[in-house]
Amino acid sequence: MDFSVYLQYWPKLLSGFGETLLCWFAGAAFGIALGFAIALLRRLNIKPLQWLLRAIIEVVRGTPFLIQLYLLYDGGPAIGLKLQATQAGIVALGIYGSAYFAEIFRAGFAAVPVGQVEAAQSLGMSSSTILLRVRLPAMLVAIVPALTNMLIILSKETVVLSVITVPELMYQMQSMAAETFAAFETILAMALLYWLMVEAASRLGRAAEWRVTAYMRAA
Amino acid sequence: MSGTPAVEMRDVHKRFGKLEVLHGVGLTVHRSDVVCLIGPSGSGKSTLLRCINFMESYDSGEVRIDGRLIGYRDEAGRRRPMPGRDLQKMRESIGMVFQHFNLWPHMTALGNVAEALVRVRKLPQAEATGRARAMLARVGLSDKETTYPARLSGGQQQRVAIARSLAMEPKLMLFDEPTSALDPELVGEVLQVMRSLAAEGMTMIVVTHEMGFAVSVATRIAFLDRGRIAADGTPRAVLHESEEPRVRQFLQTYHERNSF
Repeated sequence: MDFSVYLQYWPKLLSGFGETLLCWFAGAAFGIALGFAIALLRRLNIKPLQWLLRAIIEVVRGTPFLIQLYLLYDGGPAIGLKLQATQAGIVALGIYGSAYFAEIFRAGFAAVPVGQVEAAQSLGMSSSTILLRVRLPAMLVAIVPALTNMLIILSKETVVLSVITVPELMYQMQSMAAETFAAFETILAMALLYWLMVEAASRLGRAAEWRVTAYMRAA
Repeated sequence: MSGTPAVEMRDVHKRFGKLEVLHGVGLTVHRSDVVCLIGPSGSGKSTLLRCINFMESYDSGEVRIDGRLIGYRDEAGRRRPMPGRDLQKMRESIGMVFQHFNLWPHMTALGNVAEALVRVRKLPQAEATGRARAMLARVGLSDKETTYPARLSGGQQQRVAIARSLAMEPKLMLFDEPTSALDPELVGEVLQVMRSLAAEGMTMIVVTHEMGFAVSVATRIAFLDRGRIAADGTPRAVLHESEEPRVRQFLQTYHERNSF
């Protein structure tokens, strides 16, 4: 065990960790926004659109993330889509996540009691007000645990981005291991940092769950 | 009894798939009328009521609120759906109270009542809260302002729901079996609120199984059977003088069940 390698490599570790966090946050935000948009569009009663979105979700869920990433980064230029590694990584993570998020939101919409929506409609509320004030608060109670799960999965999927040279944690670690032959120390540091990230995500999820269910505990 | 009726239904038909639920219903309700809709289960009472604020669309016929067709726009002989905004505008002045209250569980009693004032009427928060307070006081729940629905009894929840509708100052109130989900000892407090509303001249249409309420408060009773109005008149005329066999049979079943 030679922990002195950390003294030399901590700036690389830190920048790799920062890059990982960036890809995770940006990818997750994009994925949630896209997933929510897909879930909303699927609620419109337009059959061809429903089939199309359903097909997209099935394809994205049915293929490995690694392949989607290669397709976008290496195949993208063939259709004029030239992205830098980090950009491609974020977009790919977002698309991958959106298929799962869309399904989570779909389940959430189905869990909203019809009566609560009818009460809002009977008072003359617009659909957008009902979405924000009635549907969302009601569905969040049901879907926050699933959203947290998906965020955790995405945080670990960022590892894959190293294959397209995104300078994230895994990528930095590989160069550190190659240069120092300190394999154990490298893997240990990486595991700790990922665990830290996942722990933060699950705490965040618990806090969100506590928040959206606050009314249930109110006296 | 003069002027445009508050509600006028003409030859309203409604089907769910192959099942025709309303077979040409006609019903006229004038201002300050309290009309109780009674009839056997499955006769279409709730569906009829829900057509009045277009919670349920009807397939043909007309439903007019203060003379204005709801849900559709008839232009040059063609019927098109009414734009959402127009429908919302019409619903603002039609209150509806549901069997299962349908309060929003994530808002306090006061929040439930103030919500539409802020989001629909666009009142400033302070003014909306003030008006919501007054409405809760009116249904006797001033001490429950900060309580969430889950901590309220069924009767209290239903009174909050009534306050929520009344806050919008509706011209017409629809009640869909407002006491059917309540424990018997809680029915009275809700009926009391409805009685006082009727006494103030509110136009009300009430789907109910509470015959006592129908007899003492209704200006009219309409008896619905298999999607048709089989009898329509004063409580006395419908309950005591109607020769209609279905009405007689319904009342007999009712009396048998409620005598001990």
